[in-house]
Amino acid sequence: MDLSRRTFIKFAGAAGAAGLAAKPARAEASALRTVNTPAVLVDTTRCVGCRGCEAACGESNLLPPPAQPGSDAVFSTPRRTDPSTYTVVNRAAASSKEGDVRYVKRQCMHCLDPACASACLAKALEKTAAGPVVYHKERCLGCRYCMVACQFDVPKFDFDSPAPYIHKCTFCAERQAQGLQPACASVCPTGALQFGHREELLEEARTRIYQNAGKYVHQVYGEFEAGGTSWLYITDVPFDKLGFRTDLGPTSPPELTRTALAAVPFVLTLWPPLLMGLYTFSKRRAEASKSGEKEAHHD
Amino acid sequence: MTDTTLDRGGFDVRSFIRDKIFLGMSLGEYFRSLLTPGNAVFALILIVGVPIIVYRFAFGIGASSHLTQMNPWGIWIGLDVMSGVALAAGGFTVATAVYVLGLKEYHPIVRPAVLTGFLGYLFVVIGLCADLGRPWKLPVPMAYSFGTGSVMFEVGWCVCLYLIVLALEFSPAAFEWLGLRKAREWAIRMTLALTILGLCLSTLHQSSLGALFLMMPHRLHPLWYSGFVPIFFFVSAIIAGLSMVIVESGLSHRVFKDQVDPKDHGKLDKLTLGLARGAAVVLFAYFFLKLQGLVDSGRFDLLLTPYGYWFLFEMLGFILIPSFLYAIAVRRQNATLARWVAGWTVLGIVVNRLNLSVIAFNWNAPERYVPGFMEIMISVTIITIGIMTFRWIVNRMPVLREDPSYPQH
Ligand code: SF4
Ligand code: SF4
Ligand code: SF4
Repeated sequence: MDLSRRTFIKFAGAAGAAGLAAKPARAEASALRTVNTPAVLVDTTRCVGCRGCEAACGESNLLPPPAQPGSDAVFSTPRRTDPSTYTVVNRAAASSKEGDVRYVKRQCMHCLDPACASACLAKALEKTAAGPVVYHKERCLGCRYCMVACQFDVPKFDFDSPAPYIHKCTFCAERQAQGLQPACASVCPTGALQFGHREELLEEARTRIYQNAGKYVHQVYGEFEAGGTSWLYITDVPFDKLGFRTDLGPTSPPELTRTALAAVPFVLTLWPPLLMGLYTFSKRRAEASKSGEKEAHHD
Repeated sequence: MTDTTLDRGGFDVRSFIRDKIFLGMSLGEYFRSLLTPGNAVFALILIVGVPIIVYRFAFGIGASSHLTQMNPWGIWIGLDVMSGVALAAGGFTVATAVYVLGLKEYHPIVRPAVLTGFLGYLFVVIGLCADLGRPWKLPVPMAYSFGTGSVMFEVGWCVCLYLIVLALEFSPAAFEWLGLRKAREWAIRMTLALTILGLCLSTLHQSSLGALFLMMPHRLHPLWYSGFVPIFFFVSAIIAGLSMVIVESGLSHRVFKDQVDPKDHGKLDKLTLGLARGAAVVLFAYFFLKLQGLVDSGRFDLLLTPYGYWFLFEMLGFILIPSFLYAIAVRRQNATLARWVAGWTVLGIVVNRLNLSVIAFNWNAPERYVPGFMEIMISVTIITIGIMTFRWIVNRMPVLREDPSYPQH
């Protein structure tokens, strides 16, 4: 009876100590990176849905040509990126106040503090100092944690292959390294895609919003979402009508796990001495009760 | 059978195989002894399952599962990995109780618990290989590309190290079987250190498995998403461990009746009730922790939705009620009831892990994931091979009984 009660107290104590060590990772406002990283500003009011960006992307990344080129039927249902399509242009669910159809190009957002890179146990996805989030295929295990971690559902997987890889937009990292623009931005005929430095593009976006009173939605999507992204969007139809998640909040996803990871050294430094203490204590007590028994026998 | 060839000096391969592998029978006798109805079921599962596993590796994950770009995680993660790791927690729980806290009366169940833990983890890793797209890349995060900022990295390393710790913790039994006295002594000397290391590693990876979900508030239903998920996972792993030991020891004593030391026959009920007492308290504490998580999220509005009913069912049906039933079993000294409650609790932990990784996961996505036949069959096959391995070892090594030629440690 007594022994079992002690079991409880110890188990309860163990649970409590774990609670202290693994402090809950509460959402903390992330310190946004101020580095002037390369970025693209997408002004959806300028996009005409020509899908030149899709074609350029395919060419630059050696992907098959885009589906149904030149056909309007492709817009009948919203498409998603897949292992052979790194960017898609969709027709928005709603049109502008003036009745103009709106199109929106989607691709990897190249987050400032990306969930995918922080999820990857093998550093197969990596946020480079230059800005793009790149993929090192030779390191990938195919665990797909990056896919579930990404808030924008970007990484895609070769489900049909016995030796699958992850695929996503590369931000044309190699072109950028040569001083070129990403392929999509370089071909956009309307200036809907504008490549530049993130800080400057944010200025530009705000200027467009303020100088065209009442036209734009007062939000630059990607400025704060999920800790900030390198792709920034402005629009004159609500973002949820463009197919964007509007519930993401400003916390960068890796921030959510950092507290949990910080608990590791505490567990490793606190558990062993604590347990040794418990061990010594229980051993002493066992010896004490043994000698007590002996004395009782002698009496 | 206890006639140990090695101890007598000379080594004779034939008699070694006969004694150690074929349980003292000749080849023919041994095969005839395998013809039982239970083995027929196992054989059927393997005949269906093994070709499916081959198919999975030949044609890829898409061909053998219902996983999609929108639902890239399914039951291989939820059942084989998440539930498997929780249910294998008996090893660290019981080893800590016996070797650190000095609760010596639980000694008879340490070895089965450690063996269940070891095989549990071994088959978690095997199951993981079915899920990984490129399992042959497993050495990458181990040897040269360290994603130290990743929770998955921590899980991977802890599971890998803990698998080694469990193998060493179990090694005395294997050495006794092989008659390697020296090696056994060395292994036994490490017991305390291994137990402490095992508890550290278990604390870390059991909670980190929960921490994997911290990054997914956008995917997980708000009733299950909580900053406390790592703590929920650790505490419920203790419950899973205790309950699993109750279930496993209850079944073992039935199935392997002839293996159990007759002097241990009467002990099991008492030990079961002791474990049940622990499980009752931890379950009760877990209920309040989960309640705190609910209050913290403030999403009471969601309780009156279908997901809410399911959440309440988990909270009451799998946590609060079993906690009381465990307490009743202890009070009435009813070990049979405790075993039934343990089975129910084990199911509850599996449901919880599946809730996080499958059911309440991607709850707002346009398409639902439902596991396919081949997917389920692969999981069933791997679990079956795990059970068969357990049986193979228990029938040969001193797990449920003590080898009389070795002193208790
Ligand atoms: S190239 Fe420019 S205008 Fe054409 S679809 Fe792409 S973003 Fe729109
Ligand atoms: S959008 Fe997704 S894949 Fe792209 S960088 Fe961000 S987290 Fe990674
Ligand atoms: S699937 Fe590959 S890239 Fe994605 S997290 Fe796993 S190892 Fe990293």
